[in-house]
Amino acid sequence: MSRPELQAPPEIYYGDIEAKKYTKNTRNQQIQADMTYRALELLNLPPDEPAFLLDIGCGSGLSGEILTEEGYIWAGVDIAPSMLEVALEREVEGDLFLQDIGQGFGFRPGSFDGAISISVLQWLLNAETSHPTSSPPHRLSRFFTTLHSALRNPSRAVFQFYPSSDDQIQLITSCALKAGFGGGIVVDYPNSNKAKKVFLCLFVGGGGQQQMPKGLESEVEEDARARFERRRERVRSKDKSGKRKHMKDKDWILHKKELYRKRGKEGVPNDSKFTGRRRRPAF
Amino acid sequence: MVRLITHNLLSCHAKGCTTNNFPLQFKDAEIEHREADFNPEFIRGLLPKIEWKALVDTAKELGDTSLPYEQPEMMDDELLKTLHHVLLEMHVEEGQMICPNCNHVYPISNGIPNMLLAEHEIA
Repeated sequence: MSRPELQAPPEIYYGDIEAKKYTKNTRNQQIQADMTYRALELLNLPPDEPAFLLDIGCGSGLSGEILTEEGYIWAGVDIAPSMLEVALEREVEGDLFLQDIGQGFGFRPGSFDGAISISVLQWLLNAETSHPTSSPPHRLSRFFTTLHSALRNPSRAVFQFYPSSDDQIQLITSCALKAGFGGGIVVDYPNSNKAKKVFLCLFVGGGGQQQMPKGLESEVEEDARARFERRRERVRSKDKSGKRKHMKDKDWILHKKELYRKRGKEGVPNDSKFTGRRRRPAF
Repeated sequence: MVRLITHNLLSCHAKGCTTNNFPLQFKDAEIEHREADFNPEFIRGLLPKIEWKALVDTAKELGDTSLPYEQPEMMDDELLKTLHHVLLEMHVEEGQMICPNCNHVYPISNGIPNMLLAEHEIA
């Protein structure tokens, strides 16, 4: 899997071209939408109550559009100017900020009723300069501390992210817990390579009332059937003499020659009654 | 799209700037009015979070004097509508926000405020 966060810092990686590509890609839109709905589900906001949410790393507003659809009022922050430009073109409803979340927020205490963030946290795990404020633990703790104070009590923050190792999950969770959050990791479809999604689900306050949500499990167990079964079937198609049927027999050769002639290959031998016949044994 | 709702929640986050860093002062602000859906429930829920004085002062700075100086105890529909207009329909498109304490300038262009800090300003 290619990891964009290893190629360049986000504000450079998501330049004009990449930002447009990212937003137009329908597969991306679908994945983003699914994850936003799931994050909202995990956020577990009281139904039928308007809320003011923070979208961390809102990008071009793919997730924000869904927040608007669901009737929430929101503000979004992102570090990539090109992404925000696309968001402006798409006329999203939320307030946008150009902000580096690793530098912390300036929001007053208790500003938001919840926060979501889709595919962002992994971008905080690379140090861009050697300055002490640029180290991932420093940026993470600054981010979580200021976010913790910006959230209302009780409330939740849900982050979907792509960790590349258990150490990264460990680092992120420990920084979040140090900042005063409760909660932890929720993994959806843990047994699937493709559908697996990691959510960091953090609580502010709540006095132990908040229940850790469960990750989704796929209903069909994927590993019930052994893999490579096709290959086994093909091997079985060998006949009793141990040779495979239809390997380079007359039909196959005629077919191949026909194909070469169609492609205009020169020097294809003529067909005759000897085509595909075995030579007599030498002894 | 800096609306007063977010402006009222925003303080300066530069290093060492912890007191008197709210509200940020607008300068050379260009305002645009855009209609939004009126949601009285949302405004009611938001009220406890709002710094009334800062809101009235900022609205006045931007040329809107429809709000009373003292926060009224009873909220009638009239007032909620005025609040809705001030909080959600006034967009600052261009200009600057300046921290009253450390004088850090957050420029706004195209309705997006630039909240990035230089390396020495990061706490």
